[in-house]
Amino acid sequence: MWNTVKLVVLGLVALFAAIAANYGRDLSYQVHAVIIMFVAAGLFIWTLRRFDEPVAVANPNEYLDGPIRAGAIATAFWGAVGFLAGVFIAAQLAFPVLNFEWAQGYANFGRLRPLHTSAVIFAFGGNALLCTSFYVVQRTSAARLFGGNLAWFVFWGYNLFIVLAATGYLLGGTQSKEYAEPEWYIDLWLTIVWVAYLVVFLGTIMKRKEPHIYVANWFYLSFIVTIAMLHIVNNLSIPVSIFGSKSVQVFAGVQDAMTQWWYGHNAVGFFLTAGFLGMMYYFVPKQAERPVFSYKLSIIHFWALIFLYIWAGPHHLHYTALPDWASTLGMVFSVILWMPSWGGMINGLMTLSGAWDKLRTDPIIRMMVISIGFYGMSTFEGPMMSIRAVNSLSHYTDWTIGHVHSGALGWNGMITFGALYFLVPRLWNREKLYSLSMVNWHFWLATIGIVLYAASMWVTGIMEGLMWREVDAQGFLVNSFADTVAAKFPMYVVRALGGVMYLTGALIMCYNLWMTVRAQPKVSDEPAMVPAE
Amino acid sequence: MDYHILREIADSWVLLILFAFFVGAVLWAFRPGSRQAHQDSANIPFRHEDRPIASKENRP
Repeated sequence: MWNTVKLVVLGLVALFAAIAANYGRDLSYQVHAVIIMFVAAGLFIWTLRRFDEPVAVANPNEYLDGPIRAGAIATAFWGAVGFLAGVFIAAQLAFPVLNFEWAQGYANFGRLRPLHTSAVIFAFGGNALLCTSFYVVQRTSAARLFGGNLAWFVFWGYNLFIVLAATGYLLGGTQSKEYAEPEWYIDLWLTIVWVAYLVVFLGTIMKRKEPHIYVANWFYLSFIVTIAMLHIVNNLSIPVSIFGSKSVQVFAGVQDAMTQWWYGHNAVGFFLTAGFLGMMYYFVPKQAERPVFSYKLSIIHFWALIFLYIWAGPHHLHYTALPDWASTLGMVFSVILWMPSWGGMINGLMTLSGAWDKLRTDPIIRMMVISIGFYGMSTFEGPMMSIRAVNSLSHYTDWTIGHVHSGALGWNGMITFGALYFLVPRLWNREKLYSLSMVNWHFWLATIGIVLYAASMWVTGIMEGLMWREVDAQGFLVNSFADTVAAKFPMYVVRALGGVMYLTGALIMCYNLWMTVRAQPKVSDEPAMVPAE
Repeated sequence: MDYHILREIADSWVLLILFAFFVGAVLWAFRPGSRQAHQDSANIPFRHEDRPIASKENRP
């Protein structure tokens, strides 16, 4: 019966996609219709061929790790793609000739930049959050994932969203909202996938066998719920036609700007912070083999972060049409936010107290510790930059880009690498990683890469900020915009070099993880250790 | 039910409720006897690495 329903739905979707490809009003929409048609038709044939096969009964006494393995592979793959895109657009900024004439309108900086940001945030970070949240919620609830194959739907559905978003950017399908570029039909699809994600996660928590909900799950849950709310409100738009990608926003003017940055900053706050803090609260104690420094502090950290972050968005709109009271409110909450952020950083770092010697011997814990260090650094820099006087210098300059990358490369990237190094041997039942010295190489390449990146962006950001505001004795501006562009060239080359190092480290990681699965001996079919109870 | 009514509710009662909730959550974390419970909770990641707790009907 269920298979029949699936066939009917897939057949209808494929048919409608074929019609839509025919009537499509723009290239991006037509290409997407063709992609959806092939996916639906392929799934139709796949379902048809296994129509009468008996349904495999899942063993409720095992964890469901298939989607987690797939998610780990996707994380490493999208990471490499996203970093490569970043290196290329950094090189385009330094050497404009790389905006090739033959690829104008498809592969110039303006088209590739959203591809890079979405690839690293949503593809790399998103898959990391999906697979680690499924891993952590099972292990800390002592229950198998709820919903059976729904977890597979979440994984494939999310990655289809990424493919649609990425191809759309190259072909010009964008609603021009930062970090929320995908057009209306992709937004609708993500909403469906996200609800399924919430059902899987919450269902697992509800059938948990551990009476207490571990703090990592609180962070993951707040991330899932808040992203659902942000996504829906910021993407309220009306399509011009059902056969075209263009849509019109419901909000206009400063209301639209405020909604966008309420979304944009909380995407940082709940996607890149709360979700990854969930990773920190599980993987750091596991790798250090000791419980978190203070469980009390983790509870206070959670509630303070949740209550404060949501108000910080207006600091993106200093000196705009936004009323002063609103931007002051955003600024004050951003500064207060420094406290819970550092509370969390201290909690993560102090988990190692009494085991600091592991830093010398274990490159994975070193990776996690430097990630927490970068978390502390960028959550100090952020509140400082949100102060109006500092913002008047830093806004619109490369300082902002440097700040974002010390958070993204340092905090999100490094904790994800640490989690992957932790997960892969366990998920594929391997004794240990293929090579620890490769992890060391990765660590140093990534760290030096970030330092080069952040330092060059501080220099160029502050320099261009000062050049823009420099006036002579008569009150005339001294520098033209082109003067600042010329002055930034050396720093842009250094930044691209830092990116190359970070990318090289990630490629070494991909090779190391690949060889861990290929070449390391299997432990045994049965999980080796049985918990002492 | 226009913007101003919502605004007035938001910056009086809702503000008070949210703030009271937050203070309550902090006080609850520091309640007497919470140390034992927190120590137990902090050790959750070290218990069920390999397989879930079997429920009665699933026990092999």
